[in-house]
Amino acid sequence: MTAIEKIAGWLAGLLATFTVVFLLTPLVVTVAVSFGSSAVFTLPPPSWSLRWYEALARSRDLWPPVFASVKLAAFSTAVALVLGTLCAIGLLRGQFRGREAVVTFLVSPLMLPGLVIGIAMLESFRAAGLRDVWVSLVLAHVVITLPYVVRTVFAALSLFDFTLIDAARTLGLTYPKAVFKVLVPSLAPAFLTSGMFAFLASMDNYPISIFFTDAWTKTLPIQMLQYVEESPDPTIAAISTLLILLSIGVLVLGDRLVGLRRMADL
Amino acid sequence: MSTARRFDPILLLAAPAVAYLTVVYGLPLLFLLGRSLLGAGGVSAFAGFFADPFSWTVLGNTVRSAALVTLVCLVIGYPTALVLARAGGFVQAAILVAIILPLSVGVVVKAFAWQIVLRRDGVVSQIFTGLGIWDEPQRLLFTETGLVIGAANIFVPFMILPIYSVLKLVDPRLGEAAATLGASPVYRFFKVAIPLSLPGIITGIAFVFSMAASMYVIPSLVIGDRFQTLATLTGRSFLFMRNEQLGSTTAVVLLALTIGIVVASSRLSRRLGGAA
Repeated sequence: MTAIEKIAGWLAGLLATFTVVFLLTPLVVTVAVSFGSSAVFTLPPPSWSLRWYEALARSRDLWPPVFASVKLAAFSTAVALVLGTLCAIGLLRGQFRGREAVVTFLVSPLMLPGLVIGIAMLESFRAAGLRDVWVSLVLAHVVITLPYVVRTVFAALSLFDFTLIDAARTLGLTYPKAVFKVLVPSLAPAFLTSGMFAFLASMDNYPISIFFTDAWTKTLPIQMLQYVEESPDPTIAAISTLLILLSIGVLVLGDRLVGLRRMADL
Repeated sequence: MSTARRFDPILLLAAPAVAYLTVVYGLPLLFLLGRSLLGAGGVSAFAGFFADPFSWTVLGNTVRSAALVTLVCLVIGYPTALVLARAGGFVQAAILVAIILPLSVGVVVKAFAWQIVLRRDGVVSQIFTGLGIWDEPQRLLFTETGLVIGAANIFVPFMILPIYSVLKLVDPRLGEAAATLGASPVYRFFKVAIPLSLPGIITGIAFVFSMAASMYVIPSLVIGDRFQTLATLTGRSFLFMRNEQLGSTTAVVLLALTIGIVVASSRLSRRLGGAA
């Protein structure tokens, strides 16, 4: 190895270390602030306490949006998993021209600005006479969650060997049984990772949801942003810490079931 | 092979999802485009928008901040992807956790954290004054530098992952072969490593740039009202100013910008993929 290569290797390692620290900074800061005793965001906090968790437990503003967001995310992810899986199978197995274009269209909500999608939907829903907050939110959130499922299940299916199903049938399984015993288990990692990311994306969505929430029904990110703007105190750090904990839980589960490397294959 | 195509019934499985997205998402976007291009205000609204110097400030803010964010992500993301592709064991696990965990934590949480970090009494300011780089504490919050730092932090995984997925497919023997043939390390980096990872780099740049151009939550929390981008102006026109005409116009300009980037990048990476 030449000197230049060694220096380049060191430099890359240094930058990668920096990136890791940089990436984790906001999470560490949030957790640290949430356990502080101070009402202002001083770091490191003068002393440690759980007062902001107590404040969070008593909060009347933050819990209804938590439940609304969880319900919305769970429901839209479930719908997306069903629609998205069927769609991926149909697209992959059906022979037709322009398949790439259809897949690009299905995944495009991930790439286009959320605000613009939100405005377009708001105007169309209004024109169609739809004013129900909950129905609008579900319709919008399926658009957010569906691309994750289509993209990941489509990628997993392209690697799946469909002759395995025929083999299982030759061995005496009926077609539906063959699908459940062979196809479903091999797609399980794709369901899991895409479902997790879809769920978290729905839980986190601000730019589309903002057009459909009202004073009575708010999702968590909208309530949180409003809270930060109106009364910034570490209660918001406490709930953020709980959300980070949720993400860690999801990741540990994902790592146990499919492995981190496969989760990075977005 | 027969050229006559018969309808394959398995395609029907795709119908519900395609129909759903067409009705709930595709058509509304088309209506938005159609209405703002052909509607009452129509072309004159766009003419008015582009005649206003303020619009150019907004466009400039959008493109400049997105470009800076993309640049920062590329500079720190490429080496990280390189290390990730070559590492194993603990280093690999550490980098993967550092990428995937923040990816699954909401943008509101992270934007809020950067608000704390970038304050005058925040961590960055303390470190810089402690090291003697700054004479006195300064704030980065409400500055464009702060916005770029916060946004780069949130988008850098979208630069690392596509580059990593290309790099791990590249045969390391290609570099060795070039070395055997007498190529210097610098030459090999620019003539072998970079071109091979170019499709990943292009995808990463397109992702990060289009997301950075359309971010809304981060500028609202980190930089505030004085700095307007296409996205924040769109949001404010609809949510606070009740100026839907202006909002539709900026929305269409933003949409055109992001679609342009996505289409251009997929063409470019397909051409490179075909040549490789």
